[in-house]
Amino acid sequence: MTQKQKTMLLRIIAGAALLLAAVLVPYAGPWRFLLFLPAYFTAGWDVLWRAARNIAHGQVFDENFLMALATVGAFCTGFFGQGEYPEAVFVMLFYQVGELFQGVAVGRSRQSISSLMELCPDYANAERPEGLVRTDPEDVAVGEVIVIKPGEKVPLDGLVIEGNSTLDVAALTGEPMPLSVAEGERVHSGCVNLTGLLRVRVETAFAQSTVSKILDLVENASSKKARAENFITRFAKYYTPGVVLSALALAVLPPLFVGGWAVWLSRALTFLVVSCPCALVISVPLSFFGGIGGASRQGVLIKGGNYMEALAQADTVVFDKTGTLTQGVFRVAKTCPVGISKEQLLELAAMAEHYSDHPISRSLKEAWGGQVAPDRLSGAQELPGCGVRVKIDGKAVWAGNHKLMAQLGVADQIGQTGDQPGTVVHVAVEKTYVGYILIADQLKPDALEAVSHLNSQGIRTVMLTGDAKAPGEAAARALGIGEVYTQLLPADKVEKVEELMRGAKAKLVFVGDGINDAPVLSRADVGIAMGGLGSDAAIEAADIVLMDDKPSKIATAIRISRKTLGIVRQNIVFALGVKALVLVLSALGLAGMWLAVFADVGVMILAVLNATRTYFTSASAGPLIAESGKAPPSPV
Amino acid sequence: MTKRFKLVDLDCANCAAKMEEAIKKIDGVEDAAVSFIAQKMTVQADEARFDHIMDQVEKACRRVEPDCKIIRYS
Repeated sequence: MTQKQKTMLLRIIAGAALLLAAVLVPYAGPWRFLLFLPAYFTAGWDVLWRAARNIAHGQVFDENFLMALATVGAFCTGFFGQGEYPEAVFVMLFYQVGELFQGVAVGRSRQSISSLMELCPDYANAERPEGLVRTDPEDVAVGEVIVIKPGEKVPLDGLVIEGNSTLDVAALTGEPMPLSVAEGERVHSGCVNLTGLLRVRVETAFAQSTVSKILDLVENASSKKARAENFITRFAKYYTPGVVLSALALAVLPPLFVGGWAVWLSRALTFLVVSCPCALVISVPLSFFGGIGGASRQGVLIKGGNYMEALAQADTVVFDKTGTLTQGVFRVAKTCPVGISKEQLLELAAMAEHYSDHPISRSLKEAWGGQVAPDRLSGAQELPGCGVRVKIDGKAVWAGNHKLMAQLGVADQIGQTGDQPGTVVHVAVEKTYVGYILIADQLKPDALEAVSHLNSQGIRTVMLTGDAKAPGEAAARALGIGEVYTQLLPADKVEKVEELMRGAKAKLVFVGDGINDAPVLSRADVGIAMGGLGSDAAIEAADIVLMDDKPSKIATAIRISRKTLGIVRQNIVFALGVKALVLVLSALGLAGMWLAVFADVGVMILAVLNATRTYFTSASAGPLIAESGKAPPSPV
Repeated sequence: MTKRFKLVDLDCANCAAKMEEAIKKIDGVEDAAVSFIAQKMTVQADEARFDHIMDQVEKACRRVEPDCKIIRYS
């Protein structure tokens, strides 16, 4: 509680005590209202003051005015008949309690959501001529060297020039596993250095650093409003004057025909108390803010409430393949030797490809892991479009595609390789075929989980890839993706997405790696980019950024969005429903001032509490993750 | 040019909406957003007249919610 709130609490307690004292005084004469004035002013002098001041400023229909009018009105009814003095004071007290509670609740939720802002580093240790200086990260220039001690936050993006350590990246990506870094590797601001001392050469100014960009994005998110928010703001504009005019009509029209001015006046006042639209106005944006905050805690950055709304309505998720569902890294997926051992085949292939730097060669060497003794190797020759030829230990070794084997005349020795997804490297020694190695891109460990979650939520999944037909379709089959379109150029992808969007009422989500998908990302209703860490292009082009490379976060994002939208809807229906009900009841004289205050303040508090639920959406959706999470990565 | 400002003692969500409305009407303001939850205000306006516009923004905000202060960095 802030100091202001504590003072308010004291005033409420004092007001309550004075009210009790006034009720206990047994005087019932015409001056009775004087007894209640101390309690009334203790509780509500600021409301009266603000009401008067705001009217002077031309702001008429605000809640201060409504409360002042309602309570002063209740006092005045004493002159017409039975005075509702205790009610007037109590209503004011209750209103203040509600305001206080609301202030505390909003402050709390704001604080917990803003825990994200704690990413922000407070200082940097810069190496300057005068020694190690603790300074504001904003004052550190690009090219300066900073020192990050264990337990400190990484203040700026840069390159490690000395030291090893592990970094806690949970705040940035939601990833619980610490990341190890060594000399020559890049560190991102916002991580926490856990174990070792690091010396880092700064590569970007603070304003362009990862952490500033993320904070900016999240803070700006509330300026991109969802339709529900705009609806509420527009609604509030008409609602309050509407209710005030109705109250006026209620006070004047019925008594003209049936009389009983005091009764109708008090009903009209009750009507007024209900009229403040604050519950709605506050709870809807708070829900979105909470949802965006909760998502960012899971490493999902959503750029605005409007995207959250669109994501909740999505019925189609279109994936790019390479780099999104797969790791975009080639690995040996299968070794099929003929007449020799697997290790021998791998060794032959890796040595044959020793001088090549093609990704395929690299993956072979990586899988083999051995060191080539240069004297065993001679006469390496690249055969463009076919493969390589070398002499290993004096024997001629060929490694390459089917065409090369055909040239050698050993193609007939190749068994059934089938429709293999990936690249096949055949190996022959001295005109004898010794087998092949399959090299393929690997599916991400959680790709299957990502797709099956979406499928189980009834979302149509589509895959677009620039890859060839066979590997593309094999990947889609392995993942359970129903539709797949292969051999697409970037422009074709845009066309395909437009085609899929045509005629569909629901929203389409495109997921890409953000590097060469920018046009598609911006064309789709919602563009999700993977691997936001370090990729400016992704952060710029996409509407939603997954900070780590996990496609399973898409399902998480959709779940959080749906929950948030659900809560928004609950709040709108609940708040409007209760208000409408109390309005009708008070017009009929069945609801007193107390119920009216509940309809205003109580509903607001409940709506605020409901809204804060959006922040607490768990990462997992149930047992499905645990089962499929263990599945080994399968080749594509 | 777009600038962001911190707001202190912005106590009512409806007021934030009203402030936003009022700021948008000021001549030279291209866009504005007042976030009650973040207690922040974003103003996009003509760079040459920015300070002058901000004075008017301040005045407009004072009219809606006199308790709320805008923190203007130099």
